[in-house]
Amino acid sequence: MKKPQVITLAHGAGGLLSQQLIAEEFAPLLMRGGQGLNDAAVVSFGDIRVAFSTDSFTVSPLFFPGGDIGSLAVHGTVNDIAMMGAEPRFLSLAFVIEEGFPAADLHHLGQSVAAATEHCGVTVVTGDTKVVERGAADGLFINTSGLGVVSPQADIEPARVQPGDAVLINGTIAQHGTAVMCAREELDVGGEIVSDSASVADVVRELIAALGEKVHALRDPTRGGVAATLNEVAGLAGVTIEIDQAELPIAPQVAGVCEILGLDPLQVACEGRFVAFVDGSVAEQALATMRSLNTGREAAIIGEVTTAGSARVQMRTPLGTTCLVQMPTGELLPRIC
Amino acid sequence: MRYIDEYQDGDKAREIAAQIAEVVGEPLAFMEVCGTHSHAVARYGLSEMFPEQLRLISGPGCPVCVTPPEVIDAGIELAREGIWLAIFGDMMNVPGSQGSLSEVQAQGGQVRVIYSPMQAVEWAQENPHEQVVFMGVGFETTAPSVAVGISEANELGLKNFTVLVAHRLIPPAMEALVSQPDVRIDGFLCPGHVSAIIGSKPYQPLADRGIPCVIAGFEPVDVLQAVYMLARMCQQGEARVMIQYRRVVRAEGNPIAREKVAEVFEVADCRWRGLGMMPDSGLRLREKYRDFDAEARFALDLQAAPEPPGCECGAVLRGAKRPTDCGLFGTACLPDHPIGPCMVSSEGACAAVYQYEAVRDGNR
Repeated sequence: MKKPQVITLAHGAGGLLSQQLIAEEFAPLLMRGGQGLNDAAVVSFGDIRVAFSTDSFTVSPLFFPGGDIGSLAVHGTVNDIAMMGAEPRFLSLAFVIEEGFPAADLHHLGQSVAAATEHCGVTVVTGDTKVVERGAADGLFINTSGLGVVSPQADIEPARVQPGDAVLINGTIAQHGTAVMCAREELDVGGEIVSDSASVADVVRELIAALGEKVHALRDPTRGGVAATLNEVAGLAGVTIEIDQAELPIAPQVAGVCEILGLDPLQVACEGRFVAFVDGSVAEQALATMRSLNTGREAAIIGEVTTAGSARVQMRTPLGTTCLVQMPTGELLPRIC
Repeated sequence: MRYIDEYQDGDKAREIAAQIAEVVGEPLAFMEVCGTHSHAVARYGLSEMFPEQLRLISGPGCPVCVTPPEVIDAGIELAREGIWLAIFGDMMNVPGSQGSLSEVQAQGGQVRVIYSPMQAVEWAQENPHEQVVFMGVGFETTAPSVAVGISEANELGLKNFTVLVAHRLIPPAMEALVSQPDVRIDGFLCPGHVSAIIGSKPYQPLADRGIPCVIAGFEPVDVLQAVYMLARMCQQGEARVMIQYRRVVRAEGNPIAREKVAEVFEVADCRWRGLGMMPDSGLRLREKYRDFDAEARFALDLQAAPEPPGCECGAVLRGAKRPTDCGLFGTACLPDHPIGPCMVSSEGACAAVYQYEAVRDGNR
């Protein structure tokens, strides 16, 4: 594999290049303890398992329909913790602010963070503020880290994913990415697309309570979208995942925007969604549990794990044919016509 | 759920596939000219639905792919010299002979992805002390909006906005393709979006040469229907221009858009990647608008640049080779480090096959 001369935006897009960067530059130096590349790490203190995660947030525009960088920074880390079957509890919050940033906007973001933490039942227990020179940050960046206690009933690990597992998602796909893109480019799509940014911790809690270790893996499809998530799990578990296009929940407007811009909705980021791999015998129960809560009301069974031994993701089309779902490469770029 | 509508209906699709099988006797090769069609064919696994004797071959209808390397190089050079560059997203990762625009951007070059040429005009207006160059790439589909952008810039009297014009025209390329000795084309799936502008008349000379043409939409049922219409014409020994994509394309096309283009541009001989120099196959700015010509303003010398060694994009673009015939496909040439443009553009034939059909690491 060719080594990059410089880091490009594509290295941060959550696809193949992001994976390569981590695998080549950081993993060999830092991964000595057998940690997996999950959404969060799980560390043990005696009998207590703690999920620990960190994430930096940068989004343009900072305020978008359905949220802003403040609520996003809370939901993002809360969801990463939840993906390990943990109850999110404590957050750190660090701002990097560009000189000249409007104080009123910062005030709004502070309120947004507060509202989101209250809603998620997490407490900010430590924080940091840095101001950098004009031009050294794009308005404002936020980093949050989070701690949560893993449920004793949870046994979540992509390697547990096996043939026969059902694949579920808690709602419509591609919503956040298209909302932000439309807001950034001021695209008039005949109505507003609202980001799905939300905590999914409550749905995960119910799912674990109802199904325990029959929940094999959970992952939130942020950068790189559902395509990246499915490919990651297929790779880690060494299985073939087959999804059904007809079962993928997608809002008509989102599908329309993706079609116009030539984007594959499977590659577009979500911020309030997770993909669950559960034992096939409890698929319907998992679906009912997810649908009983607001952030899971549009949940769907989107596919199943078919075979072991070959890590790949494929999709049945409405025509009865099959296509591959590849790991996204880099940045999502709109096509010409 | 819009994802599945009548144009993705499985029963309808199988019904048409059965009709296709009925009318195909002798081996047939149809070319889908447009990259969006290639994409639909791969994405929906349509080849699985065709009889063995019927083959679809990809053509030159990916605007980024047919843009010759020297144009990409010129854009890269401008951005390196501190000129602000506005581009369509597809251009970002296309390799020139010295890197891509995304690399130039990472090194500090001002490269901005825009969705419409008017955004580039506005960018120039907001930054009067910078020179903004828009890379005008695309077929008859994008030329009207670029023409509107240029006349707007003209009315605003902008002195810091120019266009690197690399627009190409589809029908002349199709005419050149049917003259190739090594590629047999029994019918054309004509591009839906391009035809919405030019209408059906420009394909008539091809029909007169005995090659049936069907203007097709982009959903799987559209493509199947159009293939059926072509196969039926072949069976009956007919060659006409037909419109399958009636919900969008009218026979007369869009005269207003064409007038806009004709006001700003004139037809010129142009070089295409893979197809070489072809008469009347592209656009250049009319004398009246020469002030907006980036080539003139920055004294660019667009000499034909060499293709990357081993890259078969040229042969793929003219239908002489399939993406998987290229020795670099899926091994040295991948979407994350493309050697040629067909692997990186979302409309590229190699990208479509790689994304939806091929298996990574060369197990194809």
